[in-house]
Amino acid sequence: MSQLLEWFTGPRTPKKRRKVSRISYIALVIFAFLSIFPLYWLFVVASNDNTEISKIPPSLIPGPNFFKELKAVYAAVPLTNALVNTALIALTVALCQVFFCTMAGYAYAKLAFPGKRASLVVIIGTMMLPAQLGIVVLYIMMADFFHWINDFKAIVIPSMIGAFGVFWMRQIIDAQVPNELLEAAKIDGGKNFRIYRSVVVPIILPSALVLGLFSFLGTWNDFLWPSLVLNSPKRFTIQVAVNQLNGTYTVDYALKMCGAFMATLPLLILFVFVGRRLVSGIMDGAVKG
Amino acid sequence: MASKRSTIAPKHKGDKWGLLYVSPFFVIFGIFGLLPILFTVYVSFFHWDPLAGHNFIGLENFRNLFTDPYFYRAVRNTFSIFLISFLPQTVLALLLANFLANPHLKGKVFWRTVLLVPWVTSILSVAIIFSELFGQNYGMVNVAMRYLGLSHLGIHNINWVGQTIPSHIAIASMIIYRNLGYASLIYLASMLAIPRDLYESASLDGASKLQQFRYVTIPQLKNTLTFMLIVGTIGGLQTFLEPLTYGGVQGGDSRQFSTLALYLYEQIIINNKLGYAAAIGVAITILTVIISGVNFFVTRRISGSDS
Repeated sequence: MSQLLEWFTGPRTPKKRRKVSRISYIALVIFAFLSIFPLYWLFVVASNDNTEISKIPPSLIPGPNFFKELKAVYAAVPLTNALVNTALIALTVALCQVFFCTMAGYAYAKLAFPGKRASLVVIIGTMMLPAQLGIVVLYIMMADFFHWINDFKAIVIPSMIGAFGVFWMRQIIDAQVPNELLEAAKIDGGKNFRIYRSVVVPIILPSALVLGLFSFLGTWNDFLWPSLVLNSPKRFTIQVAVNQLNGTYTVDYALKMCGAFMATLPLLILFVFVGRRLVSGIMDGAVKG
Repeated sequence: MASKRSTIAPKHKGDKWGLLYVSPFFVIFGIFGLLPILFTVYVSFFHWDPLAGHNFIGLENFRNLFTDPYFYRAVRNTFSIFLISFLPQTVLALLLANFLANPHLKGKVFWRTVLLVPWVTSILSVAIIFSELFGQNYGMVNVAMRYLGLSHLGIHNINWVGQTIPSHIAIASMIIYRNLGYASLIYLASMLAIPRDLYESASLDGASKLQQFRYVTIPQLKNTLTFMLIVGTIGGLQTFLEPLTYGGVQGGDSRQFSTLALYLYEQIIINNKLGYAAAIGVAITILTVIISGVNFFVTRRISGSDS
């Protein structure tokens, strides 16, 4: 028993102690497996028919039916349309967030303006409130005042710039842009916007792009708000479209999972390219201590 | 905070540029962020139907809320799901972060990245996958439990939807699945910021790895733990999409996993009772503020007596 334990944790004598115990690797392998398996399973179910999945033990390998299921998904919802809608909306939101949040964050970090302290307190205060609080009134506003129901403006305009992004960019600029650099640029006769563009932006661009990725992912995956303001199938975002396949009493798992797979695939492809950047972005933004 | 040193322009010049940079934010945030929040309190005093119009009813929405058994059930479910997801998630995330923080670990970037994969998938997709995995007859979880021999212990063919606690466990597992990697990275970032000599001196004093974790790592993570507790509470009280996808807008046949946010959604989507929905929103907020306040003071007390 103690030998078994030793095999897991490494020998007890400090001199020979392994630098990384086997338990660490075993745990990491298990959790990496648990992270990936549900997504693999998503594809397995999406490419099999329902009888194959209902076998015991269930089939663990992808089947030949993926394109058949995909056709069924297309028959039920306008999938391409939804993907294009979502990509457009998410990209617009991400670009706006990067542009406006860095600007406002710069003002909060390095410039003086009336109401700075008070508004910062309000921003932090609203970040503590649940997102659902304002949603009823926002819905009334969209329906009765702006008449933006079934209009992408209802999604894009309110999320063009957000408290989280501004606050985060403020922290980043405060930490990464030294005041001396700004002073020097000022003495060299730089105009305020030139200083912002040619000194501040290049330094914080990596963090700003992470903010853009966050916004893109958040918008792509948002469901509650789009499901309230978009109800014509032509206007659906991908999450709303996939939810249509999720009718309460259907048990057509292959169909649902195929839709969910199509909603997830673009993000997984994106993740292959930006995953490392997201990891460092999240860790840079974390509270330390 | 906004100290004088950090402003580069003389006051009058800074006024102009600062306001210019921040004005798009003020406009958008004011109209679409702040105004709805303030106006919600107003709407909660009305009977507000998008088709039939609205009339002032004073505190009636709140009186109804206090006597509404579905509301209390939603409160119970929200807290139950929050606890079942947040506690294991925190323990697991701290454990994983502790493994990842080892400077000799091979493939650091690989592990961090793989663990973050679930976080980019949508809640909806995760909920669809897990509904299938937790299916009663052919779901992978029940099948795996059968193969592990748990049926000999009398645990078999669990109805993960119909029963209250199993359904909460299933929903909590969706939440943990999606958030664990993210939480691990936050704790990891914080652990990497702990000065190494603290461990060295603890090691010289003869502290085991476990003791070092308990007496060096955890106290050094106080701020992060407080932060995650508050963010977790805010998020936990908003749990909505997992139960919706798992069992429809009522949260199960006997509302066994209906949450507060789901109940709010039901009032908008099904019942057209916007005033009542606003009152639920106010209730969620009050609960959030109370719990965050308690969390804050409790962690302050603990950290105050520690140092």
